[in-house]
Amino acid sequence: MSYVAIKGGKAAIDGAAAATDYMRCKNAVDEPIKLSVIEDQLRLLTSRVVSEGGLYHPKLAALALKQFQGDTLEAAFALRAYRSTKPRLLETPLQDTSNMRCIRRISSAFKDIPGGQMLGATFDYALRLLRLDLANEDPAAFRVVAKNFLRNTPEADLPDSFPKVLDALRAEGLLPPLGLMQDPAFDITRDPLVFPVPRSAALATMARAETGSLLAMAYSNMRGYGDVHPTVAELRVGYLPVMLPHPVTGELMEAGEVLMTECEVVAMYESGNAGDMPVFTLGYGACFGHNEVKAISMAILDRALQKGMRDGPDNPSEDPEFVLLHVDGVDSMGFASHYKMPHYVTFQSDMDRLRTTQGKVRKSGETA
Amino acid sequence: MSRKILEVRGLSRIHGKGCPLCTQHTGPEFDTNICPFCGSVVAAHDINFDLYRGEILGIIGESGSGKSSTVKMLYFDDAPTSGQATFFDGAEQHDLFSLNAAQQRSMRNKRFGMVYQNPHMGLNFQISAGGNIAERLLMSDLKHYAEIRRRAGELLSRTEVSLARMDQNPKTFSGGMQQRVQIAKALATRPPLLFLDEVTTGLDLSVQAAILDLILEIQNELDTAMIVVTHDLGVIRLLAGRTLVMKHGRVIESGLTDQILEDPQHAYTQRLVASAL
Amino acid sequence: MNENYELPLEDAGYSFGFLDEYAKKEVRRCILKAIAIPGYQTPYASREMPMGRGFGTGGLQITLSLIGFQDTLKVIDQGSDDSVNAVNLRQFVQLTCPGVDVTEKTEEASLLQSRHRIPEKPLTQAQILILQVPYPDALVVVEASEARRKIMHAEADYSRLLVKLYEDIVHFDEITISHRYPTRINGHYVIDPSPIPRWDVPKLHQSKALVLLGAGREKKIYAVPPYTLAEPLVFDDIAFRVEDFRDATGVRHACRCCGSTVSFLDEFSNDQGMVAYQCSDSAYCEEQQQTGSAA
Repeated sequence: MSYVAIKGGKAAIDGAAAATDYMRCKNAVDEPIKLSVIEDQLRLLTSRVVSEGGLYHPKLAALALKQFQGDTLEAAFALRAYRSTKPRLLETPLQDTSNMRCIRRISSAFKDIPGGQMLGATFDYALRLLRLDLANEDPAAFRVVAKNFLRNTPEADLPDSFPKVLDALRAEGLLPPLGLMQDPAFDITRDPLVFPVPRSAALATMARAETGSLLAMAYSNMRGYGDVHPTVAELRVGYLPVMLPHPVTGELMEAGEVLMTECEVVAMYESGNAGDMPVFTLGYGACFGHNEVKAISMAILDRALQKGMRDGPDNPSEDPEFVLLHVDGVDSMGFASHYKMPHYVTFQSDMDRLRTTQGKVRKSGETA
Repeated sequence: MSRKILEVRGLSRIHGKGCPLCTQHTGPEFDTNICPFCGSVVAAHDINFDLYRGEILGIIGESGSGKSSTVKMLYFDDAPTSGQATFFDGAEQHDLFSLNAAQQRSMRNKRFGMVYQNPHMGLNFQISAGGNIAERLLMSDLKHYAEIRRRAGELLSRTEVSLARMDQNPKTFSGGMQQRVQIAKALATRPPLLFLDEVTTGLDLSVQAAILDLILEIQNELDTAMIVVTHDLGVIRLLAGRTLVMKHGRVIESGLTDQILEDPQHAYTQRLVASAL
Repeated sequence: MNENYELPLEDAGYSFGFLDEYAKKEVRRCILKAIAIPGYQTPYASREMPMGRGFGTGGLQITLSLIGFQDTLKVIDQGSDDSVNAVNLRQFVQLTCPGVDVTEKTEEASLLQSRHRIPEKPLTQAQILILQVPYPDALVVVEASEARRKIMHAEADYSRLLVKLYEDIVHFDEITISHRYPTRINGHYVIDPSPIPRWDVPKLHQSKALVLLGAGREKKIYAVPPYTLAEPLVFDDIAFRVEDFRDATGVRHACRCCGSTVSFLDEFSNDQGMVAYQCSDSAYCEEQQQTGSAA
């Protein structure tokens, strides 16, 4: 009997929790998964969760992945809820990404860039052939992989930081000069988006957006619902030292470092303001963790949204409301899930309307 | 006594950043409205006219002459670069371009009417013909369903749209009938000022004639002042008592329509009249 | 990250009310603004809560920001205190607000958080009703852009919403809006009163209790202050009608448990395949059964 389903709620919830935990533990011969295994061996999964959760805490991200059994949306959501309990202690000053300790850095605009291309860890040129030898990997062989890699990589070759590719273009006058930000950066965790919103609000929203949603919107622009035509001037992945003011002296000091992906795209040039030379336009993407597709998508959308904010949107990907209100994974997955909740009252009301309307149609049919 | 309803002075619109030389090097004598120095487009420059209650003023010109730009500014679809327009509404007097956005919307919704060449601009094709008219009535705070139905029915009969079609979606209507619905919608609030932008363009000749007759009848009945924009001398001849001839963003000739047709002064007007005869 | 970092496993407790105090303060500021401008959708930053967006996170943030030790809370979903979501929310509040009393009795509660229903028993000045809202803006059915909707609200331009009602009557001879009935507050702003049935809309009008509406995902808080006009949007000559529980012969269905003929009923098929009716408000139904005072 359907009605009873909403009664006895407490027992039902407890039962559901027990069943969910059983699913995690049902194979008794398995070892409980260690957080460090998730953090390292499933590092891209962890990256995705810290990025979409908007909280740089790889260990908690690994815990969330374990607890929510690999669901990235749920794991990111748990990080966000955790963050809600924490006050904001201070505003982060501007961080300079040219200080990033890069583990990967490429440019598709130039064959050679100051500091050189650095392919680093990427699947870009890997053959997507399943490696069946990983199915039953020998722990000894597993350890040798890391040992050999480190032994064969000369440490001294790597500089601490690399110059930004865009600086060279800017020096040549091909890019707009760097403007100083007039207003402090918009904090989406403290202020709601009320449109029109500044670019910093758009960037912050996209930085913690759900990867797939962001990709879909950016892809629509790439395919023809838009005309950004981007070139990746620079994509870099690495550890950015986080500089925070000392609580007593106020002097900036390194508080730690975060793994980040940053992407800068150069797009079609535009005529500048009166009297200025035409220059290329830019799109910027950055997020926590190693998430290249996300950073590229964000950079393309940033460029598309700048156009939409200025001239009005011609395509969905240029419409700030359309993009920014639909890319958040926590919002969208929550709302999709809520349809599973009981809607008896509203459906009762729906039936009342339909029956009344049917009654009127029936009556008019009889009199006709 | 003829009462002034609209006074337009020095109305100008330049698309682009503009430069001090824009207006001096464009216009009919330069055969262009594009500034050779800065590339800006002088869509309209220094338009002046008065309009009186119940009068139909024609604005004629080829495409790019500035006739539609002029009407767009007066209907707040576009903002002028400079110039004034004063709307005399009974005892009230409004400086149109100093109204704020909310006041402009209120003016559009309640005191002005607009009929576009393209019915998609003027009609909502997601709702019925009657619903389109209801929307205008609801904007002017009529909230009585039966009264709205009565008024909408009245307007549709007046514009010769069969009442049987009142609850149908206008996308199923012929082009001529769509224009009739648009006119009915524009008249819903009995506006003292109505803009008509190429409303008969693209329609069959017989349909055109019927629509033009309808416009004249409405003018007689309601004493509505109208500004009729067209490239068709026939429309001007039939409707407009006075006419502005525009070319390259400038008014090159103005006066009583009969006079312009009989004794055109400007070479362009002469060619226009000759070609129509 | 520091290699030696360990998760603070012993520090797993949460502060009273889950949210940090700054967040609660911000919500309270927004509530004050919402009360000051009846019906206006006040934007706020809306924190993520540990339950899904759409499960009542907007209502919950209001509840957690207002609740104190002296409060007694009632949580209902679909009229029932015992439905899964109501239990879940209540447990969460009990977990994070130790010392707060909970109740199922409408009259005992100082705060009532509800999804989709307003209790049958009239509320008092001493009570605050908090409604969970999925869609805060009544204009969304006719205008997708929030920027444009804000202008329409500011100018109290609801003509397009009324055109929708007009079209309904033209095509169906009935207004088809079943729940979330657009309601005009204090003569200006039209609100989405949350997915309460039309049955509950008149309870907002001149309500003795303060009614707060919270949309977590859409990040808005709005209010119907006590003793304020709340009028369903209708035409002057077409009456607003609540759900009709009469059968084909015009006889009002009664609750199969308490026999009430004056409450909102849930309809369902019993094991014999027969259609049966029962009060949607379970606390009201139980009280009727105990006092035996039902008509």
